[in-house]
Amino acid sequence: MKRSELAGPALAKPVLDRSALLDVQDISRLYGPGKGCESIDFRLHAGEVLGIVGESGSGKSTLLRVLAGLETPDAGRVIYHTNDGELDLYAISEARRRALLRLEWGLVHQNPRDGLRMGVSAGANVGERLMALGERHYGNLRAAGQDWMTQVELDAGRIDDAPLTFSGGMQQRLQIARTLVTRPRLVFMDEPTGGLDVSVQARLLDMIRTLVRQLGLSVVLVTHDLAVARLLSHRLLVMRRGQVVEAGLTDQILDDPQHAYTQLLVSSVLTP
Amino acid sequence: MNGYNFAYLDEQTKRMIRRALLKAVAIPGYQVPFGGREMPMPYGWGTGGMQLTASILGGDDVLKVIDQGADDTTNAVSIRAFFERVAGVETTTATAAADVIQTRHRIPETPLEHDQILVFQVPIPEPLRFIEPSEQETRLMHALEEYGVMHVKLYEDIARYGHIATTYAYPVKVDGRYVMDPSPIPKFDNPKLDMSAALMLFGAGREKRLYAIPPYTRVESLDFEDHPFEIQQWDEHCALCGSDHSFLDEVITDDAGNRLFICSDTDYCLTRRGEVA
Ligand SMILES: Nc1ncnc2c1ncn2[C@@H]1O[C@H](COP(=O)(O)OP(=O)(O)O)[C@@H](O)[C@H]1O
Ligand SMILES: [Mg+2]
Ligand SMILES: [Zn+2]
Repeated sequence: MKRSELAGPALAKPVLDRSALLDVQDISRLYGPGKGCESIDFRLHAGEVLGIVGESGSGKSTLLRVLAGLETPDAGRVIYHTNDGELDLYAISEARRRALLRLEWGLVHQNPRDGLRMGVSAGANVGERLMALGERHYGNLRAAGQDWMTQVELDAGRIDDAPLTFSGGMQQRLQIARTLVTRPRLVFMDEPTGGLDVSVQARLLDMIRTLVRQLGLSVVLVTHDLAVARLLSHRLLVMRRGQVVEAGLTDQILDDPQHAYTQLLVSSVLTP
Repeated sequence: MNGYNFAYLDEQTKRMIRRALLKAVAIPGYQVPFGGREMPMPYGWGTGGMQLTASILGGDDVLKVIDQGADDTTNAVSIRAFFERVAGVETTTATAAADVIQTRHRIPETPLEHDQILVFQVPIPEPLRFIEPSEQETRLMHALEEYGVMHVKLYEDIARYGHIATTYAYPVKVDGRYVMDPSPIPKFDNPKLDMSAALMLFGAGREKRLYAIPPYTRVESLDFEDHPFEIQQWDEHCALCGSDHSFLDEVITDDAGNRLFICSDTDYCLTRRGEVA
């Protein structure tokens, strides 16, 4: 009797605390004063979408490159939590780091040409990461290619077409399919809808949102577009001149910004 | 020959190339840079192979040189004459009689023995070059065994042609580790690389790279489970010797466009016809 009373409330309380996936500790990478990123600290939880916002030149892409293992920081650590323990991203060997990026992580570039192999077919693009993982069955690769093209709302009948024959929005979908095909534990996206027409952007955003939810992806998303950030992110970091000036839940930050810079950013969206 | 060291190259250069060769043998399929020397022929005429041959040739060795399987092409004749002149070595066209065989584009049909060395002339040593122009990056890709792109190429072949259309310079994996370009031999010859009794050496003159397959090394041609590696096949037999198992060249015999298939390996064909002592 007493026991069940005690157990009741404890069970009813939802477990909000998700496991940590990435710990970013005092990361700096500066090209000059205020150029780059400086003293960045945050934790990314599994299943969370973290948006990094700020105006152009505020250091978002620099930070993302450091997080994604592509650019060695001047100071600080990036700790990745695996099932078998912690990895210090820049203390492990380059071989290990590249393998991580290739096999467990994914990176979606702003310009799809940076993330696609333009010289080979859509199917080969989607299949590459599977081949890198050791898939040696052509039929399986093809099936995965068609399946993923469908998931990103591309015509699977175009599996043998070159990405060059695709529109910008379609190329971005293809890049996303190519990245997600191996079900990465962690995905980095740098302005994934940048450079596209507004109507194309909206449809792509819907698709990304659906995929992120369905797959329960953990994402670090860089965008200068607060609407994109609002639609996709659980939490936000606001960057200005290389530093994080405000961090918190997306709705809180966008509905009630505390820092003057964030207030400026938000008001500039509201007053077109 | 006056004014030249034995086999043209100076002893210091030969020692340097031999050291690189030892490293290549120790790491099967790995491309070793070497400080190549200019040979008295332009790149593209087998200078990489010639530097290797010059470095391993001994005074008693018997040398054979083939080009596309034939001993009598201009290129083969001139390389053979060159070594006769600068090394005074005996030469032969008989595969079985040769100690060292320098080759471009073929592996002889006659199985090689453990005391023979095959030296390949290589135009482009880097199998990853088609996808990655940066040398630094390809070296890293080899170091990290990032070979997924090799299968991307084969995938693309099948998607486009329904089968793996690569017929020459068909990529292989050596000893389960390094992906290697076997030089532009037909894929027909790839199985001869596997567990070969003879030492195989590869020299690229322009890029100054050499690599090796030591005797009895596992060499697999890359493929897919549902599109396994296959060699070329012909419905015809050799019109001269009747062989049903050698690599055949198609030759046009008259103005009317009549054609024949004959062995690409001239020594093999002649031997089967009993025309070689
Ligand atoms: N490789 C680099 N070398 C020198 N300066 C750089 C480099 N990359 C970025 N920067 C500078 O760092 C600052 C931040 O750039 P970036 O991270 O690309 O910002 P964002 O993605 O927020 O627009 C800018 O002033 C940019 O010019
Ligand atoms: Mg940027
Ligand atoms: Zn014949």
